[in-house]
Amino acid sequence: MSEYHLKTPIEEEEVRRLRIGDIVYLSGTIVTARDAAHRRILEYYRQGKPIPIDLRGGVIYHCGPVVLKKDDEWTVVAAGPTTSARMELYEAFVIEKFGTRMIIGKGGMGMRTTEACRRYGAVYTVFTGGAAVLAARAIKRVLRVEWLDLGIPEALWVLEVEEFGPLLVVIDSTGRNLIERVISRARKRRDELIRSLSMESR
Amino acid sequence: MYSIIEEAVVHALTRANIHLPPDVKNALKKAYKTEDSEVARVQIEAILRNLELAEELNRPICQDTGLIVYYVRMGYDFGVRIDVIERALINATRRATAEIPLRPNTVDPLTGENPGDNTGRNSPIIHWEFMKGDSLEIVVVPKGGGSEYVTVLEMIPPGLGLGGVKRVVIDAVLEAGAKPCPPTIVGVGLGGGVDTAVYLAKKAACIRRLDTMNPNPTLARLEDELYSELNSLGIGPQGLGGRTTVLGVHIDYSHRHPASYPVAVVFQCWAARRATVLVGRDGSSTIIQ
Repeated sequence: MSEYHLKTPIEEEEVRRLRIGDIVYLSGTIVTARDAAHRRILEYYRQGKPIPIDLRGGVIYHCGPVVLKKDDEWTVVAAGPTTSARMELYEAFVIEKFGTRMIIGKGGMGMRTTEACRRYGAVYTVFTGGAAVLAARAIKRVLRVEWLDLGIPEALWVLEVEEFGPLLVVIDSTGRNLIERVISRARKRRDELIRSLSMESR
Repeated sequence: MYSIIEEAVVHALTRANIHLPPDVKNALKKAYKTEDSEVARVQIEAILRNLELAEELNRPICQDTGLIVYYVRMGYDFGVRIDVIERALINATRRATAEIPLRPNTVDPLTGENPGDNTGRNSPIIHWEFMKGDSLEIVVVPKGGGSEYVTVLEMIPPGLGLGGVKRVVIDAVLEAGAKPCPPTIVGVGLGGGVDTAVYLAKKAACIRRLDTMNPNPTLARLEDELYSELNSLGIGPQGLGGRTTVLGVHIDYSHRHPASYPVAVVFQCWAARRATVLVGRDGSSTIIQ
């Protein structure tokens, strides 16, 4: 378990160095995107329309923040991660077509994202779910917001962050998936438990 | 009385969103001592640090301030019209959303439209129960979406009995994996109609304190066994591996139809936010956690 401090945009070799269980603190720019934003990114790509953000070497954060607007300026009040599994439908495509290097979320992602991370050089990391104030404190500024018509939680919030973390590497660029490992061990334990249950009832 | 109730509910929502109840805090601190893997400790450390920061900066613990659920218990002799209480709850929801602030979460499932104030059709969620006496008790629960996402309702063959119930709960926790922000509180509803099973499971997960014992000895034993078995799965904080997958297992039940045995499993995340408003007939009000 090593600790890294990275700056955006992230280079491929920096990402390729990371391994599951490593901890990253991130500085630079990150963009929030949830279900609706991902759906629109794909739609725009298929229609050949440009998206309003540059994701090359970039970081996507699965998050719908609580924000406050004062004198035309936005501040982020609370901004922990949302469940990433819902974005499994889209993320491999986004990594491939837009060159995203890091996805931040919670709860883990599946096979397609793992394969895209391996092939194109990206990682999936988790920020502690629910630790929304800790996250907001590392967000220094709202640089801009796009697609606000999707609603506050679903919009693309472009954020400047400083030492954003701890981010735990869950999927690295070698095809390893930490949560998958934990769950497959849990599945074996589940089978033992169920076997002993059916013994009891005999 | 209207404004007393509205005011107290806004305060309770503020309290619930910013301060975790002491029983949940203690359970998390205990989990920190129990964990020996570095990965698990980093997660619980972040959780505990976040709790301190939320209180220090007066901000919601989690950005998902949930769908707001009110569990109301009204004394037969409280003497205030129910529509007055209902109006106070809806307006308190609007005010709390703007004042704390809370994330506007209610979305029309057909149009995707978000009214922006956490109200809407059947929103906020209000459950009414009645009791002897002349007081009013309202438990406010901001219930996050991540933990609701992994809810399970299964109709088991009645012949399987409590062994069947255990299988459903173990599988629900395994399938939920890292998604509901473990360590979670697992609520289980047995029997009843399908509606009561889910209702009891959610209520057990969200409003029963962690430091309480089930009054039914059979269920108390089942809760203890499931607590150890679920933690032996090793899913751990945030699903990254560890000893603490659940902080507690809370079971409630109803009589059922002989032919059906509903088992509902509802999760509450580690940010198990709640606060209780007590209002007396004389207009006095207190908030407890």
